[in-house]
Amino acid sequence: MPKVTYIQPDGAEITLDARDGDSVMETAVKNGVRGIVAECGGACACATCHVFVDEAFADKVGEPGDLEDDMLDGAATDREPTSRLSCQVKMSADLDGLVVRIAPEQV
Amino acid sequence: MTDVLIVGAGQAGMQIAVSLRDGGFDGRIELVGEEPHGPYQRPPLSKAFLHGAADIESLELRAPAFYVDNKIVVVPDEKVLKVDLSGDRGLATTDTGREIHFDKMALATGSTPRRLPIEGAELDGVLYLRGIADALELKKRWDAAASVVVIGGGFIGLEVAAGARMDGKQVTVLEAMDRLIARAVSPETSEFYRAAHERRGTSVRLGATITRLVGEGGKVTGVELEGGEIIPADIVMVGIGVIARGELADQLGLETVNGAIVVNEFAETSDPRVVAAGDAVLLPHPLGGDAQVRLESVQNAVDQAKTAAKTLAGVREPYRAVPWFWSDQGDLKLQIAGLSTGYDQTVVRGTPDDESFSVLYYRDGRLIACDSVNAVGDYMAVRKALGSGSTIPADQAANLETPLKTLVVE
Ligand SMILES: Cc1cc2nc3c(=O)[nH]c(=O)nc-3n(C[C@H](O)[C@H](O)[C@H](O)COP(=O)(O)OP(=O)(O)OC[C@H]3O[C@@H](n4cnc5c(N)ncnc54)[C@H](O)[C@@H]3O)c2cc1C
Ligand code: FES
Repeated sequence: MPKVTYIQPDGAEITLDARDGDSVMETAVKNGVRGIVAECGGACACATCHVFVDEAFADKVGEPGDLEDDMLDGAATDREPTSRLSCQVKMSADLDGLVVRIAPEQV
Repeated sequence: MTDVLIVGAGQAGMQIAVSLRDGGFDGRIELVGEEPHGPYQRPPLSKAFLHGAADIESLELRAPAFYVDNKIVVVPDEKVLKVDLSGDRGLATTDTGREIHFDKMALATGSTPRRLPIEGAELDGVLYLRGIADALELKKRWDAAASVVVIGGGFIGLEVAAGARMDGKQVTVLEAMDRLIARAVSPETSEFYRAAHERRGTSVRLGATITRLVGEGGKVTGVELEGGEIIPADIVMVGIGVIARGELADQLGLETVNGAIVVNEFAETSDPRVVAAGDAVLLPHPLGGDAQVRLESVQNAVDQAKTAAKTLAGVREPYRAVPWFWSDQGDLKLQIAGLSTGYDQTVVRGTPDDESFSVLYYRDGRLIACDSVNAVGDYMAVRKALGSGSTIPADQAANLETPLKTLVVE
């Protein structure tokens, strides 16, 4: 199972095993990682699952799609170059070791 | 120590439990639900789940270990039949005969689909969609079905219709009113959806009067309209609204209206020991003017549950969150922010025929809501504006040259 590490705004870290194909958001929410609110459950409709992808993984994770891009523009925390909605990033062996920082404000 | 019993292990019930723990509540929390599953999300049932793009595990709101770690006792497959608040402590009895003692209670019982009161409604293949069990019934018949008739042009019906059409089925939507989704959106948005579904090959029949469902060997084969026309159907999906589940509230003599549990802005019912949240509730909302509203959305279930959890823990914080909602009908993404109740003006931004536009709703000159179809930027701008108590001048809102977010004023 690929691993993903979440870093809270206060620096606290947690590393989880992700089910292949689950999103970075699902992996966090099901395990109760705070700060990823994900009110729409991954429908790309709420922008409350905002993360900053670690630079080292930025290329592998890739750019947001058009819709996600517009949602990020309105996110509660101003976007950064590697901002993604974590419900739109699916875990796979390729992303093993992924590190994301959770945006401080989600709603 | 306070013991809390939450009846209904759905979106709102789960959130009450989680928010109680988030707030440091250390009493016992028991979450009892009638369905044989832990808390799960319903929205995918009429969307990705039908096409096999989501499995049951992916619907779970939390992994089972989360509840154990947080000392939340989740009891699936058990229905609370009776509640007694006459003693010092409350007492609930379930359908297994188990008795649960508690100090405070939350009703998060949700809603149930309105049944079709006509001849033939009991035929096999006449389906409703509320939970996983319903979705599995639908899925079981899905591949073999060549024709689907959807009764009721609301969100769930239209989502199923869009999915059926995408899978190449012959699809007819029958709506009794003169427009689609009439309860939730403006005539402009209704007309857009009628045209958009028709463009994709779905037949939309407005003002339809159904006389009966016809069948053969106990299985539905068609829907008969006034005048005798029969529309063939392998599946009839009924989506004619929901009824709030206020049975227990009624039993307790709490205030209800048509089954919906009346609460105040703190999610309290007429008995201070009982809070309620979610689809089952009738609530006052500041954006709704003076009206009491019933909101059937994930947002409302979650945010109202947070308020209810605070109230249970003795913290008084009124429910003020801006309502929002989404509906994915095939490639059409509708997002709604705010509450359009009592609007007196609309502004259409963009061209509906381009399948990307928004309708902004105003009351007394102030922005109160918007519907955005494939126009995420507009939706986010309105949501933010409403959240900060701001508005967008109606006379400028239609100007596509300017992004909505730059037009926001106090
Ligand atoms: C197919 C479908 C698609 C949807 N799509 C969207 C969407 O795209 N966007 C959106 O915002 N919303 C959507 N919704 C609405 C959203 O899912 C609901 O508003 C939300 O689930 C309400 O949460 P709730 O906790 O009030 O009720 P529920 O989630 O229904 O939970 C109530 C639970 O209580 C249980 N219960 C009731 N009485 C008892 C009892 N006496 N004892 C034990 N258990 C009991 C019920 O069995 C149920 O499991 C959709 C709903 C459906 C059905
Ligand atoms: S969970 Fe709602 S946008 Fe990601």
